[in-house]
Amino acid sequence: MCGIAGVIHRDGPSDIGTEMTRMLNSMKHRGPDSTGFALFGAPSDLLVIRFKLADANDKRDTDFKDRLDRRRREVGNRLKRIGATVELADSDTEYAYRVSVNYDGDLKALTDMLEEVPGCEVLSIGHSLEIIKDLGDSNTVAQQYHLKGFSGTHAIGHVRMATESDVDISGAHPYWAYPYSDIAVVHNGQLTNYFHWKRRLERMGARFQSECDSEIIAVYLAQKMSEGLDLKTAMKQSLEDLDGVFTYMVVTKDSLGVAKDEMAAKPLVLYESDNLIVMTSEEVAIRAIIDHEIDTYDPFESEVLVWSL
Amino acid sequence: MSLGAGERRITYDARGLAEPFATVPKISEIAGEKATFDAAALTTRQINLELKWLLYEQGVKNVTVLNPGAKHSIGVGILTRCKLRFEGSLGYFGLGVIDGPEIVVTGRVGWSVCENMMSGVVVIEKNAGSLTGAAIRGGDLVIKGRVGARTGIDQKGGTIIVCGDAGSNTGFMLQRGRQIICGNVGPHLGDSMYDGTIYVGGTVKSLGLDCVPGEWTPADTELIERKFRIYGLGSPPKFQKFVCGKKLYNYDALEPSERKLVIH
Repeated sequence: MCGIAGVIHRDGPSDIGTEMTRMLNSMKHRGPDSTGFALFGAPSDLLVIRFKLADANDKRDTDFKDRLDRRRREVGNRLKRIGATVELADSDTEYAYRVSVNYDGDLKALTDMLEEVPGCEVLSIGHSLEIIKDLGDSNTVAQQYHLKGFSGTHAIGHVRMATESDVDISGAHPYWAYPYSDIAVVHNGQLTNYFHWKRRLERMGARFQSECDSEIIAVYLAQKMSEGLDLKTAMKQSLEDLDGVFTYMVVTKDSLGVAKDEMAAKPLVLYESDNLIVMTSEEVAIRAIIDHEIDTYDPFESEVLVWSL
Repeated sequence: MSLGAGERRITYDARGLAEPFATVPKISEIAGEKATFDAAALTTRQINLELKWLLYEQGVKNVTVLNPGAKHSIGVGILTRCKLRFEGSLGYFGLGVIDGPEIVVTGRVGWSVCENMMSGVVVIEKNAGSLTGAAIRGGDLVIKGRVGARTGIDQKGGTIIVCGDAGSNTGFMLQRGRQIICGNVGPHLGDSMYDGTIYVGGTVKSLGLDCVPGEWTPADTELIERKFRIYGLGSPPKFQKFVCGKKLYNYDALEPSERKLVIH
């Protein structure tokens, strides 16, 4: 069934790493397979790239470490070749990495070049977006990637119960909107015209790393925005174009949005104040970060809501 | 236990809410037939065990629960006449499968509040989620705020009163009973309803399959005024009435084999 959560602080940064961890932990019964975060930290001139070179549950054969070393060196070579200057590189796991680079070239070319390295998948690219996702519950993932104290203004997160694709990092949400920077999506539901849109977007040049229907939403929205639509209009159009039952959340560098299908089949509970908006699949997740009595409500069918910083 | 090569940590306690060994907390302050306890630090099962201990073993008839914290499945299976007051909000499946209690919730309740309620009165001071009053058989369920989609799905009796707006598919497969929606309703009102009556005070986005306007009678006026008087809801707005058109296949006299012939 999956659980999704989103938060935006319109009065300045907060510890969104801890907030999102708490919210997702309170919904871990909705999805024990994997947990993911899309966090927006302080905007930077540098481009932050999160990528993995193997999956969490890949077999650790005798060549595993050497293979990763070779792949990591090849990624470094390719970054250099395309003109990206690495300012900072670190790793929280043996297979997932974070690099900050100076680069103002074509993101599609950059991504495609990196993903030619065997096992490489770019999880996110952004001046403030970072997508962190892995197997296990939110406390496990947050601890592993040191998310406590991650300061930022807005975020979305997801706990996954895998239904139609594998339990691996590629199948975990959030999804980045390849090849556009600073856009990510989480989704609870099923898209019934997934293959139609996947083929259509692939013809437009998109690439998909997973077999998960949710991946197309991010790319769809980014594609529409690249054609000139604003976020809200693109989301409204998605209600016409995407079939199925869904509630999805999207984050851009300065906005948080949510859309529900025409049947309101998937849950969403919303708390909205002047400076803080929190929305989750279950109210108990909102209560994980707000300890006083609050008023909440379920948005209706076909609703599209967007909040900006 | 250490992990082997390639193994990952999908922890099955992550599925999490089962508490097979919970015990009754026995933390209530009891004064005669009244009791109060703070649920802030209790789990769902502990809260429900405390409630049942008070109602069935301690002779308490009036319980106030503080800080329920929107936890799921609170106050379920209460099958006795009593008064309950929840100071705060409940999560999903709150107050399900009840028979007889009078309950006030000062906050909001999530999806499927009062599912399969048999009798009693429940008043929710704020909003409720989708599937409000799913499959209720009897009693009155009053929501003073708005509700989500599919209110009273498969309702088989009783009355649901919503003071605010309601979402799509309100009254879906309604079989018997009444829904009084004071605000606007979303698309597909009363879709595939078998029987029962839906009153709407605001606008109707669209009617569902086999839902048609009904003829207003003095009994409708009496019902609405009585319910508004009982629950102190002020003056009722002007309502439209909707009933089942009884044109769906389940109202014909065809045998299944004959129906196939008609359809094809």
